[in-house]
Amino acid sequence: MNATTIAEGVRRGELSARTLAEESLRSIRARNDELNVFLHVDESGAMAAAERVDDTVSRGLDPGRLAGVPIALKDNLCQVGVPTTCSSKILEGWRPPYSATVVDRLLEAGAVPMGKTNLDEFAMGSSTETSAFGPTRNPLDPTRVPGGSSGGSAAAVAAAMTPLALGSDTGGSIRQPAALCGIVGVKPTYGLVSRYGLIAFASSLDQIGPFATNVADAALLLEVIAGHDPMDSTSLPEPAPDLVAHLDDGVAGRRVGLVRELIDGADDEIVESVQRAADVLRAAGATIVELSIPELHLGLSAYYLIAPAEASSNLARYDGVRYGLRVDADDVTAMNEVTRTAGFGAEVKRRIMLGTYALSAGYYDAYYGQALKVRTQMIDAFRRAYRQVDLLVGATTPSVAFTFGSKTNDPMAMYLSDVFTIPTNLAGEAALSVPFGRGEANLPIGVQLLGPGRSEAQLFAAARVLEAVERGS
Amino acid sequence: MTLPNGWEMVVGLEVHTELRTATKMFCGCANVFGAEPNTRVCPVCLGLPGSLPVLNERAVSMAMAIGLALHCTIAPSTFHRKNYFYPDMPKDFQISQYDLPINARGYLDLTDSTRVTIERAHLEEDTGKSTHLGGTGRIHGADRSLVDYNRSGVPLVEIVSGPDIRSSLQARLYAGELRAVLIATGASDGRMEEGSMRIDANVSVRRSGDPFGTRCEIKNLNSLRSLQRAIEFEAERQVALIEDGGVVRQETRHWDENAGTTSTMRVKEEAEDYRYFREPDLVDLAPSAAWQERVAEAMGPMPAQRRAAVLELLGDASGAQRDAVDVVIDLGLERFVHATAAAGGDVPVAIARVANELAATDDVSRLSVEAFVATVAMEARGQLSATQAKTVLAELLSTGGDPAAIAAAKGFEQLSADSLGGTVAGLIEANPDEWTRYRDGDDKLAQFFVGLVMRETRGQANGKAVIAELQARR
Amino acid sequence: MSELTRAEVAHVAKLARLRLSDDELDLFTVQLAKILDHAADMQSLDLADVVATAHPYGLINVVRDDVVRPSLERDEVLAMAPDAEDGRFAVPRIMGEAP
Ligand SMILES: [Mg+2]
Ligand SMILES: [Zn+2]
Repeated sequence: MNATTIAEGVRRGELSARTLAEESLRSIRARNDELNVFLHVDESGAMAAAERVDDTVSRGLDPGRLAGVPIALKDNLCQVGVPTTCSSKILEGWRPPYSATVVDRLLEAGAVPMGKTNLDEFAMGSSTETSAFGPTRNPLDPTRVPGGSSGGSAAAVAAAMTPLALGSDTGGSIRQPAALCGIVGVKPTYGLVSRYGLIAFASSLDQIGPFATNVADAALLLEVIAGHDPMDSTSLPEPAPDLVAHLDDGVAGRRVGLVRELIDGADDEIVESVQRAADVLRAAGATIVELSIPELHLGLSAYYLIAPAEASSNLARYDGVRYGLRVDADDVTAMNEVTRTAGFGAEVKRRIMLGTYALSAGYYDAYYGQALKVRTQMIDAFRRAYRQVDLLVGATTPSVAFTFGSKTNDPMAMYLSDVFTIPTNLAGEAALSVPFGRGEANLPIGVQLLGPGRSEAQLFAAARVLEAVERGS
Repeated sequence: MTLPNGWEMVVGLEVHTELRTATKMFCGCANVFGAEPNTRVCPVCLGLPGSLPVLNERAVSMAMAIGLALHCTIAPSTFHRKNYFYPDMPKDFQISQYDLPINARGYLDLTDSTRVTIERAHLEEDTGKSTHLGGTGRIHGADRSLVDYNRSGVPLVEIVSGPDIRSSLQARLYAGELRAVLIATGASDGRMEEGSMRIDANVSVRRSGDPFGTRCEIKNLNSLRSLQRAIEFEAERQVALIEDGGVVRQETRHWDENAGTTSTMRVKEEAEDYRYFREPDLVDLAPSAAWQERVAEAMGPMPAQRRAAVLELLGDASGAQRDAVDVVIDLGLERFVHATAAAGGDVPVAIARVANELAATDDVSRLSVEAFVATVAMEARGQLSATQAKTVLAELLSTGGDPAAIAAAKGFEQLSADSLGGTVAGLIEANPDEWTRYRDGDDKLAQFFVGLVMRETRGQANGKAVIAELQARR
Repeated sequence: MSELTRAEVAHVAKLARLRLSDDELDLFTVQLAKILDHAADMQSLDLADVVATAHPYGLINVVRDDVVRPSLERDEVLAMAPDAEDGRFAVPRIMGEAP
């Protein structure tokens, strides 16, 4: 059952939130040992939340737009009292004394958080293999990765443990695992969803966004969590946009750019899916324009300096003084060093090192400074494209889900799996991935739709057009 | 103090002042001094994972007030992260303004007519506070430290002067005048002993006319006296070193209050690489003209202007009186002087009482301006001796009340109206001829009766009150 | 190849408060150099006249009112601490004053 149907049933009193939570717990238990999706299942919290919803309904009050819908939270989102690790040993055992704004909004809307899902350590990775607590397996083929960094959240939805999940997307960490797991994943416009309570990886790039089995559910979830939050200075000033109301707007009259740089280097089966998606949009009344945006090629280089630079600073606070892991030593500097050395995994260390280097005296201008200028060029390039077209279409990933270990020894090969998703983060714009077609071993392919800031309603409407064809076929 | 053999010192000061906001710079925790450790902390000022800063509007207004008072240009500005590890800094970076400060290029005129350039006055956040255990209680030799984050995130403005100061006395004048300006803007309480104003001094020496020498930075000077002494010691140390054929090394030095010496804290080669970059969790600041005007309108006159206004009441002021006026202005107590002047009272006496008796206490809130004016009037009329007036003021400062009643209770006051009436009546009866002449219009005889009353009461009567009694019976 | 040296990597590790073994130093020197090499495409561009973008959106003057909000309970705060004493966070000795 999808989230929209569940919420309607619960609100009408036809479904019990408690029963739904129990069912979700059963499906989690059935496959969690095999797939390693949840790091923490918050059974008592979930049951309490579900009972509050049923109670609200029985008293004739409105339980909210996500009434009784089980949801999985990426374990970089703070929920008061619930263990939050970022899949790192350095935070193991930490229970935040506060909740992220999105978690508060979910609870207000009657959603039932089931627990915390696995991710690449501090969201640094594209396969969930860098988690200190073991990789998550792709529910569609457990010999393959679910993608990352929000691999646990994508797998939770793909394995039908929860109909919805939240992830975070810094360079593709929602869209890429959504594509690899055959579900819908959305990277909203920067500032649309509050980052308060999202444990930072790269602050100027991070956005929280939804995973769902279908476009309508993703739109509903995004409406619930979006809108201005005074606790986040970078939060856009306006309330949440109307998304559900525009789901059936279609694409007639829209101009859609098919971008060469967003398919270059992808496997043939993926390129074919994107081209077929363009055909479907054309058939639905859109004008397809073939475009080249050469600047997109620079995204990866800029991203792998900007994100680590911000991360090196964001992750300085894990020093053994106030919370999390401490490894004892004679003086505080030594304690900081041995704690961080023991607490962080190799990928996190690599990115902290890279970012520290990019910001350090003598290298700032050549690396970080230059990357910020490339970022400007990226924004300008997108802006020029959006003067010609309303939306862009391309691949989400260069390939379908890959097997474990195939990219772990070569960081650059792993980084390349985000090549199509990164530019949107640098520009602060919106994009989503929608399942469209199948590739090798019948694994799902994700098509990426991109738009300017605040274009979510148009993106969802276009995704619905593709989804309808995909479901019909 | 002057340096020997044609040496000249070159000093620039960096002053950190805490702002008197209700809450911290980036969160809603109360900005208070002296609370129980770690009771004014939240996810933001503890740097908990996932927390985000949101700028306090009043901190920005106060920073602009400081900038306006220092004749700075208020400019669009940004926040940066200054990255370094230290246990009293919860995020292991400090949010501070860097290449684009809110206030740039101003000046401060000192009472010796020197103009000191203000390079910048920027916003930043304060750190927590460490207590060192074991050893002597100082950081060196301690075996562990305890950290309290109540002060973490308190808003600071850092005011950086140009290298325009040429003597330790001038440094003290600058710091004193700046302190008065900060208090006058309402942005700071200027309390150095509580650490709400802290000074670092950059000191170098040169032969007059030569280029600047290598400078040393003396950290954390906590009183005007320490500032003056530390600069003197450091300049003399550098001169002696150079005259001995040595070279001054650029370094950070620590001032030892008890020993009266500075010593090496950190040499330049160990300098941190702060990896400054734009704080991505905050947006740019570009205060509108309207916001700046609101701040300007809310600002009272600055010390220089207020000092001139009080000096004008004096006409020709002696050196001692000028010093007393400085004290009155520094403490922001000139309302007592102006009220005295407005009531036609004795301005020099009022200034002396404010600069001495009022200055000696922390809290003047119980003393009303009216009570002060009345006390000065009683002293000026001779109803109270200077000593008696001070006693009355002391009582007013500690408990408040009515000066006449306090004087009476202490037995200072002349007779009460009742007993004065009785005395006057008795003297009239004893001197019928003089009374008749007075009643018939010979006003000169009033002084005759006043003299009698004074003799009778051993000077405790009020002459004006006696005349009033006489007129009432005429 | 980028000119990144092993000594630079060691220096950066110190700045970042990480201790790398000899093997890790070697590995990171190679891996970081490879990533920096990839950035060469970017470095060859003449962007002297391009403005740097640190923020995707041009919001300005986002401020909050100076109104006190509740702080956390101290017990809850110190319960997170690896070591606490006398209402404070305890740390081993600090080797020097703050810079
Ligand atoms: Mg500073
Ligand atoms: Zn706070």
